[in-house]
Amino acid sequence: MSAREDILTAVRDSGPAAEELPQVPDFSRSPKDLASLFTAALARLDGKVVPEPPSGIRAWLSEAFTDARRICSAVSEVSGNVDLSGFSDPAATDIDVTVVRTPLGIAETGSILLTEKELTVTTAAVLAQHLVVLLDPADIVENIHVAYRHPAFQQAAYAVLLSGPSGSADIGGITVHPAQGLTTLTVVLTSRG
Amino acid sequence: MTSVDQARNALAFLEDEPHERAFDTLIWGLRVRRDAAAREVAEWEDLRTLASKIKEHTLANLAHYLEMFEERATANGAIVHWARDAHEHNQIVYDILGSHGASHVVKSKSMLTEECEMRPFLERRGVQVTETDLGERIQQLDDQPPSHIVGPAFQKTTKDVAELFHRVYGSDPDKADPVYLAHVMRKHTRPLFLSADAGMTGANFAVAQTGAIVTVTNEGNADLSGNVPRLRICSVGIEKIVPGTDELAVFIRLLARSATGERITQYTSHFAKPRDGGEMHIVLVDNGRSARLADERFWPSLKCIRCGACMNTCPVYRRSGGLSYGATYMGPIGIITMPAADIRRYRELPFASTINGSCSNVCPVQINIHEQIYQWREVMDDHGQFSNTKKAAMKIAGKVLSHPHVFRAAAESGMAALKVLPHFALYNRLNAWGRHRDIPRPATETFHQWWARTRGGNGQATPAADTTPGPEQTHHVGA
Repeated sequence: MSAREDILTAVRDSGPAAEELPQVPDFSRSPKDLASLFTAALARLDGKVVPEPPSGIRAWLSEAFTDARRICSAVSEVSGNVDLSGFSDPAATDIDVTVVRTPLGIAETGSILLTEKELTVTTAAVLAQHLVVLLDPADIVENIHVAYRHPAFQQAAYAVLLSGPSGSADIGGITVHPAQGLTTLTVVLTSRG
Repeated sequence: MTSVDQARNALAFLEDEPHERAFDTLIWGLRVRRDAAAREVAEWEDLRTLASKIKEHTLANLAHYLEMFEERATANGAIVHWARDAHEHNQIVYDILGSHGASHVVKSKSMLTEECEMRPFLERRGVQVTETDLGERIQQLDDQPPSHIVGPAFQKTTKDVAELFHRVYGSDPDKADPVYLAHVMRKHTRPLFLSADAGMTGANFAVAQTGAIVTVTNEGNADLSGNVPRLRICSVGIEKIVPGTDELAVFIRLLARSATGERITQYTSHFAKPRDGGEMHIVLVDNGRSARLADERFWPSLKCIRCGACMNTCPVYRRSGGLSYGATYMGPIGIITMPAADIRRYRELPFASTINGSCSNVCPVQINIHEQIYQWREVMDDHGQFSNTKKAAMKIAGKVLSHPHVFRAAAESGMAALKVLPHFALYNRLNAWGRHRDIPRPATETFHQWWARTRGGNGQATPAADTTPGPEQTHHVGA
């Protein structure tokens, strides 16, 4: 018998008595200010939230990242100077700032969702030095249960919930940044317009 | 193979006070943060019950969900392999690498590949394997197994890491600063991602409904390993299956909170399809899991989601160090899983516990860990795996406990002795219970003495004879 058949046969007739799959409620409490909850949650893992910049995103970007030379943008609000079509993996390590838009924020955990659709090149979520994510406050949901109803989790080739810059507490239990991935994560609250 | 003498290994660790103190403080800190995170969620206990029921349901219908997962993953363009044991797993991975001419693999942390001893298997065959989790990489560089399933290098101090990196990378040996050391690692590891031929990840969960592999990391190293090289291989234990994304949500809410006290990790990643122009292989591994599933006492250990909460709360683990168990899985969850893999080698592990039940109380999937520890002791007795010392002690205990008057005399004289014995008599090498901790303050009277005096609280009470306090407790061992 193949390993597949062996394993399936072995588990088919063993294990606990069949139990019904429980219905998972969404534990919704409909809190009012999702944006504040989101901001506080993201700060726990050292992610930053910027409210809608009055002078516009382009102006804010040049002030916030004065030293940035190579900027890659996947959003219409900002034009970068690195062409996405020529974007390859090794080049991603040289990108100073990558700008994308997320379709979903989660208030409970301060997470944003990114898939290959938003990132274009999936490695940008880890290889970019600084990631700037535009989030429409209307796209923030209350918690993880509600978030997992987003169709991306059924369709995307790659979907990541990012909740802070890459970190590690592996040395002495103290969290430090960056580990191997993003150096900073900044979420800019701005409506889709 | 001889059995692991956990107690002896623990003793050596306890003698090394700087490490013992640092480890105890770090690990207890995780437990405290876990408590705070759990208290913050009103539905915490509901989530634990749901998680346990979902796992029970999935394990009861495991063949169904494995087939569903295989079908969806295949439809997504992944190639699914099945491995009966560690050797088959390692061989499958090696063959995939070989068919692509891949000689360098970057991998994220996977307890399964540790369990399968995959790294030495591949290295012997000329494949270079680079661990990319910071803690796991530290252990690899120092040629040590993980000391904790969440933070493999927790048993090392920052100074140890500074010295290790100096030896390996030539960094400043006196700069025992985690930020500096993380930078040293980043500088040396990131280029390896770009040049690697293949990337490997484990799986925290495998979603049957979508065919996706889910990894949970702080560093994003599973994303680097899984997305940068064109060839991606995921090693998945068959018990990691969850039915769908509704169920996944429950585990995501529980996992990080139970492990570190955070609400979520920085990267929670779902790999469903190969990257553009790439290949995705998934190896489903049994390696003893189906046999455990068939054991009516020990199957619940398959519910484990590898959060490490049972280890963090365990006073024996915290004071012994993770390496003392000589096992892939350590602490309470190791005690109830490792003997199934090798009963002789791990025969002493079920005794590395006070059976205080704290592990079961913090377990996010409600595994009855402390009951299973007790059951494993019974198994060891049934299989004649008690050491001679243990047999002799049990013989005496058996006699004392089966004769009430002998027991009463022993309890009374023991308590009386605790009250009057000088410090050196209690804290010496002959008294294992007095080493590295303070003996609890003895009660002023035994239950039988209290009963005789008060008739269960109903009779005329006479004052207890002795109210002298016992030795002060100064050394915390946690709750």
